[in-house]
Amino acid sequence: MANLASEFVGIKSPNPFWLASAPPTDKEYNVRRAYEAGWGGVVWKTLGEAGPPVVNVNGPRYGAIWGADRRLLGMNNIELITDRPLEVNLREIKAVKRDYPDRALVVSLMVPCEEEAWKAILPLVEETGADGIELNFGCPHGMAERGMGSAVGQVPEYIEMVTRWCKQSTRMPVIVKLTPNITNILYPAEAARRGGADAVSLINTLNSITSVDLELLAPQPTIDGKGTHGGYCGPAVKPIALNMVAEIARNPATAGLPISGIGGVTTWRDAAEFLVLGAGNVQVCTAAMTYGFRVVQEMMSGLSDWMDEKGHESIAAIVGRAVPNVTDWQHLNLNYVTKAKINQEACIKCGRCYAACEDTSHQAIAMSPGRVFEVKDEECVACNLCVNVCPVEDCITMVPLANGERDPRTGAVVGAGADWTTHPNNPSVRAAG
Amino acid sequence: MANDTFSPGVVAARLPASAYRANFGDLHPPLDDHEARVAADRCYFCFDAPCTQACPTAIDVPLFIRQISTGTPLAAAQTILSQNILGGMCARVCPTETLCEQACVRETAEGRPVEIGRLQRHATDRAMAAGPQPFTRAAPTGKRVAVVGAGPAGLTAAHRLALLGHEVTLHDGRPKVGGLNEYGIAAYKAPDGFAQAEIDWLLGIGGIRVVAGQRLGEELALDDLRRDFDAVFLAIGLAGVNALEVEGEDRENVRDAVDFIAELRQTADLSGLPVGRDVIVIGGGMTAVDAAVQARLLGAQSVTIVYRRGPEEMGASAYERDLAASKGVRIITHAAPLRVLGNGAVREVEFAYTRPRGDGGLERTDQTFRLLADQVFKAIGQPLEGAPEGLALDGRKIAVSGPGRTSLAGVWAGGDCAAGSKDLTVSAVAQGRDAAMDIHAALMG
Ligand SMILES: Cc1cc2nc3c(=O)[nH]c(=O)nc-3n(C[C@H](O)[C@H](O)[C@H](O)COP(=O)(O)OP(=O)(O)OC[C@H]3O[C@@H](n4cnc5c(N)ncnc54)[C@H](O)[C@@H]3O)c2cc1C
Ligand SMILES: Cc1cc2nc3c(=O)[nH]c(=O)nc-3n(C[C@H](O)[C@H](O)[C@H](O)COP(=O)(O)O)c2cc1C
Ligand code: SF4
Repeated sequence: MANLASEFVGIKSPNPFWLASAPPTDKEYNVRRAYEAGWGGVVWKTLGEAGPPVVNVNGPRYGAIWGADRRLLGMNNIELITDRPLEVNLREIKAVKRDYPDRALVVSLMVPCEEEAWKAILPLVEETGADGIELNFGCPHGMAERGMGSAVGQVPEYIEMVTRWCKQSTRMPVIVKLTPNITNILYPAEAARRGGADAVSLINTLNSITSVDLELLAPQPTIDGKGTHGGYCGPAVKPIALNMVAEIARNPATAGLPISGIGGVTTWRDAAEFLVLGAGNVQVCTAAMTYGFRVVQEMMSGLSDWMDEKGHESIAAIVGRAVPNVTDWQHLNLNYVTKAKINQEACIKCGRCYAACEDTSHQAIAMSPGRVFEVKDEECVACNLCVNVCPVEDCITMVPLANGERDPRTGAVVGAGADWTTHPNNPSVRAAG
Repeated sequence: MANDTFSPGVVAARLPASAYRANFGDLHPPLDDHEARVAADRCYFCFDAPCTQACPTAIDVPLFIRQISTGTPLAAAQTILSQNILGGMCARVCPTETLCEQACVRETAEGRPVEIGRLQRHATDRAMAAGPQPFTRAAPTGKRVAVVGAGPAGLTAAHRLALLGHEVTLHDGRPKVGGLNEYGIAAYKAPDGFAQAEIDWLLGIGGIRVVAGQRLGEELALDDLRRDFDAVFLAIGLAGVNALEVEGEDRENVRDAVDFIAELRQTADLSGLPVGRDVIVIGGGMTAVDAAVQARLLGAQSVTIVYRRGPEEMGASAYERDLAASKGVRIITHAAPLRVLGNGAVREVEFAYTRPRGDGGLERTDQTFRLLADQVFKAIGQPLEGAPEGLALDGRKIAVSGPGRTSLAGVWAGGDCAAGSKDLTVSAVAQGRDAAMDIHAALMG
């Protein structure tokens, strides 16, 4: 069993799996059970300022996208931050942290964008013994209309300012949670770093309408005939989150800034992908909401087996390992040539590759009597579409041509790597030449 | 004393009254909406799909399955029914394991095909529950067509001709229309009066006058029909039965399997239908399996199918044979009957083992054995009977060229009675449909 112990901005936890700030972490009862189930840490459901708490709609609060067998692929919600009184939450946080000193407990906060408001709440949190705070600049609905959440997260100057206030007023590590509802994730990430953030966490949920009720002609979830945009999360958002994590990890101005990866983590494999793309740990919400706390057991065993198999000794040893392989399009090798190859033994003759290539790609698959499908190397551009639509795993593979081989499509000989920056069709290369 | 499965002779009520309903209920229960969506999700939407090619009526299978998966079963039904108006019956009785589901690429890949038959049933059930048959007749053409035989071939042709605007008269010699849908198909494949419900629904198209109880060759003459109508379509099936031609065949309780099945299909209270304790079925096709299985379901203690060739040569598919075995039917192959023994009624049948002869035929060996029997069903095939004079035959069936044209002008034939048919409900449907289109083309010139 690999050593899964994690240390993130000085906060120790027995594994890198934390529950994200959301309903699973809304109260003592849940968090105790989450720790018992094996979660390494939690980010407590976002607290607001003292006084009367926010009010949620009664519901329905969630929309969803399913696969045919009702596998939950994506979910959205219109919940707000905690609707329980501040004192109750603080009391519970203190009690839980006292009983689980080895687990991470970070408190998510969202108060009005005023220095006094932040200065007022920080000592109260500190007093609970919590390990750190996460600034929720991400919530895309409800709170944003009140000038909080993503209304702050979409303005880099505010992020920087609020982060600085917090850093000045507390000894706890400050994690800034970013909203993906922006054009370029680097601006808010850089602002957080300038404000002195110890880390960023991302992504919060995406603005979304999951579906429309075609009887009511209203977005779902529908409350008394009306709906609103909600925050999208779950497996469907993982590709967006992975990209944003990688962008921050490889951007010189933010390189080295610790990242807590969030968004669609459902299995150990998802977690491993976040880690190698630069996340120091991961946070999970929808997977726990879908399957219950026990999923963390699979995440731990899977990650551990993979680390053992690959000989990785610690979490720190894998964080960011794939970052050097993330590059810009212009640096991709234009002389790298592969050809699709259909394994006739494995082929079940469904013809999907043929339909896809013939109708929408490069007419590079021939269909002959007996439903035999074969790639025409002289037409194949190696787009990979056939691989993606083939229902049989590993039936179609992309076989690279070796150096010195001639590409029957272009007639060119595969040779040394060359990318767009040096390609003769590139206008700037032509200008320079 | 009440009867049970051990009571000797051919007696009724071998089972408790409640058992009949369970035994003759749906063989494959219908899929509910969610099950259907899960099953539909397995379809790969193949290019030039093998399942469609394997379907005698060429239903666009991937399209209708996709329509189910997107929650539009009525659109799916429309896709099915526009090719095969008896798609509901075919969903229940087609040997899909040798047709579409055998061709399905997931059969190749995993040995578990997409459940095309059950999905087709899902869609067609929804359509029948939703209301009348969904097609509208074209403007009247003023042409009149006589269809003789109201089995699947005749019903399909009648529907298609009516749809195209012709006036159809549908004749059948039996008191009820439907052909083998009504008198032949195993009760558990289409329970709850499905055959007649489907026919009523189909006739909802209008323009079809049904005349039951008149037989061609008796009340009806082909010459009269040719004179009175613009075209005639013959779909009289195979009304004859083959004889065993062995000693003692005429003993009591030796009868044709098709008669037993027809009687069973027409019996409202199956506990009143007598069946033997020890039953032998001679033959190897679907009829043999259906007779054997239904005899077991009626409470026969021991049921044995005896077939003269090997299992591979049986007309019944491996799936049907497994079904029989699962119901406790024993299958003996490579044995042919020698004598039916008994005193008045049958008591035993003597068989000889057989072996192939060089010329492809069979010969009896001198190894013999006897099986106890108080009832014997003959299921050794049905020949054409009552084909009108003057029609050219091809072998033992009506000779046809193209889509059912016979040797007589203005006369078409299709279904089991026509040469080249596969003796399946779905091929009868295909031939009825195609002949109707050809008749239409001929009439509209
Ligand atoms: C016991 C049994 C079980 C079967 N099970 C299956 C199955 O599970 N799946 C499957 O696909 N196929 C099955 N078949 C085959 C299938 O039923 C036939 O292939 C199909 O019914 C043929 O249709 P048809 O319209 O040609 O003839 P039929 O269904 O035989 O209809 C012919 C009609 O013509 C009428 N008729 C006959 N002679 C005259 C006349 N002289 N004048 C007027 N009317 C006449 C008859 O009364 C009948 O109504 C089975 C057959 C049998 C015998
Ligand atoms: C019902 C619900 C409520 C949420 N509430 C909060 C919140 O109060 N504070 C916060 O920072 N994020 C909140 N989130 C966002 C999650 O913490 C997380 O960032 C997001 O769901 C993406 O992760 P996932 O794909 O694992 O669910 C909420 C998410 C859900 C589904
Ligand atoms: S062969 Fe099977 S998978 Fe392919 S289209 Fe037909 S039902 Fe679908």
